[in-house]
Amino acid sequence: MATETHEATGHGAAEAADVGMPQLDFTTYGNQIFWLVVTLVVIFFVLSRIALPRIAAVLAERQGTITNDLAAAEDLKVKAVEAEDAYNKALADARVEAQNIVNATKAEIKGQIDDAIAKADADISAKAAEGEKKIAEIRAGALESVKVVAKDTAKEIVAAMGGKADAKSVTAAITARMKG
Amino acid sequence: MATEAHGAEDKGLELVFHPMDQFIVKPLFGDGGVGTFTITNVTLWMAITVLAIVALLVLGTSGRNTVPSRIQSIAELAYGFIRKMVEDVAGKDALPYFPYIMTLFIFIVFSNFLGLLPGAFTTTSHIAVTAVMAMAVFLAVTILGFVKNGFGFLSVFWISSAPLPLRPILALIEVISYFVRPVSHSIRLAGNMMAGHAVIKVFAAFAPMVLIGWIGVLVTPLSIIAITAIYALEVLVAFIQAYVFTILTCVYLKDALHPHH
Amino acid sequence: MEGDIVQMGAYIGAGLACTGMGGAAVGVGHVVGNFLSGALRNPSAAGGQTATMFIGIAFSEALGIFSFLVALLLMFAV
Repeated sequence: MATETHEATGHGAAEAADVGMPQLDFTTYGNQIFWLVVTLVVIFFVLSRIALPRIAAVLAERQGTITNDLAAAEDLKVKAVEAEDAYNKALADARVEAQNIVNATKAEIKGQIDDAIAKADADISAKAAEGEKKIAEIRAGALESVKVVAKDTAKEIVAAMGGKADAKSVTAAITARMKG
Repeated sequence: MATEAHGAEDKGLELVFHPMDQFIVKPLFGDGGVGTFTITNVTLWMAITVLAIVALLVLGTSGRNTVPSRIQSIAELAYGFIRKMVEDVAGKDALPYFPYIMTLFIFIVFSNFLGLLPGAFTTTSHIAVTAVMAMAVFLAVTILGFVKNGFGFLSVFWISSAPLPLRPILALIEVISYFVRPVSHSIRLAGNMMAGHAVIKVFAAFAPMVLIGWIGVLVTPLSIIAITAIYALEVLVAFIQAYVFTILTCVYLKDALHPHH
Repeated sequence: MEGDIVQMGAYIGAGLACTGMGGAAVGVGHVVGNFLSGALRNPSAAGGQTATMFIGIAFSEALGIFSFLVALLLMFAV
């Protein structure tokens, strides 16, 4: 058909003249099939001998690397968790320790305070006893003085009234009075 | 087509429609016929395909880096993509056949993409090429099925989950569809490649319209936009067809390894 | 004259064969559309079924390619 067009218009391209459908030109089949088989065999050997094993090796190696890296990461993670645990434990220990120290100090201070209080109490009671003793002495001293003053006063009063005062009887009388 | 050419005749210029010319197999050197061992444009573009594959999968991975370079990661991506496809679709016991499937995929995908270069020859657009690959897959799968399962392989046609009266009819349909497999398998790829490239060529033939008449002011930009759009579609198709060819190979392989539905 | 009529028939046949490609387009659209509506209902299961979708597309598209092939054969080979 193409042939007819070209003949009619007078612009015939000679090389295109015998074209129907090139795919149905059986004379070229042998050539195509031969070169196709050659090509496929070459490609197959290139692939199966060189390319595919190489790519498989690279992929396997990468898989290995990734697995190793993941394992390493897992290890590190475990270590990190352990470190955190240790840290927490140390923290808790330190807290307990601090609590203990606080308690101990508190107890000690309390003991000291108690001691001081006890000592102060003792001092105070000693001082109070001493004071009472002094008071008692003073009171005793005062009684004695009163006795002496009363004797003297009684003697003087008796003398002044003109009598002769017997020291012994005055003393006895005053003692009886003061007892009464 | 003829009408267009005639209409433009009186202007001294014409639109030239040769959408199929790009598929002609011709000798690279000299003008002789195409014999079996002649070095043709098929040879050239298959050789370029091989070189591109070597560049990607061998030179690209020569660093063997644990952290891949760009080219190496593309190679690894292709490897992982096909390997996963084989494993998912055909099962784990299909992995020994992975290099064969990888060969098919990488050849088709590179041929398709290289064919998209302007002026290139698309080897996968020829039924001869795709039919050889499809027949190879078909024969390999059939033989493998009989070797692995003996005559138990025939149970692939006997659908035991269907009601008993239906089974003979289904078996007939299954047998027919089994033998149509290589046909559709090869024509799908070749047809897609051929169709896309031919459509691009047809639009390209409209592009010089601006030299012929005033209507070309409209037609030329439209055809260039259309070429761009179809080209983008073809980039997608180039990959999807390689993917489909490969995944169907995996499906057929699964039937051979596990014929019981 | 007879050749012209034969050629005309071939061209008309090629054009009619191309309608089959429209059918394939409908089929592919149907496959992808249904896949998408299913995938949006259950996105977690969608990933594993992409391969199945492509197989479905391939099967329905193959028939369109067949009609395209018939058209090409009528145009160039008959």
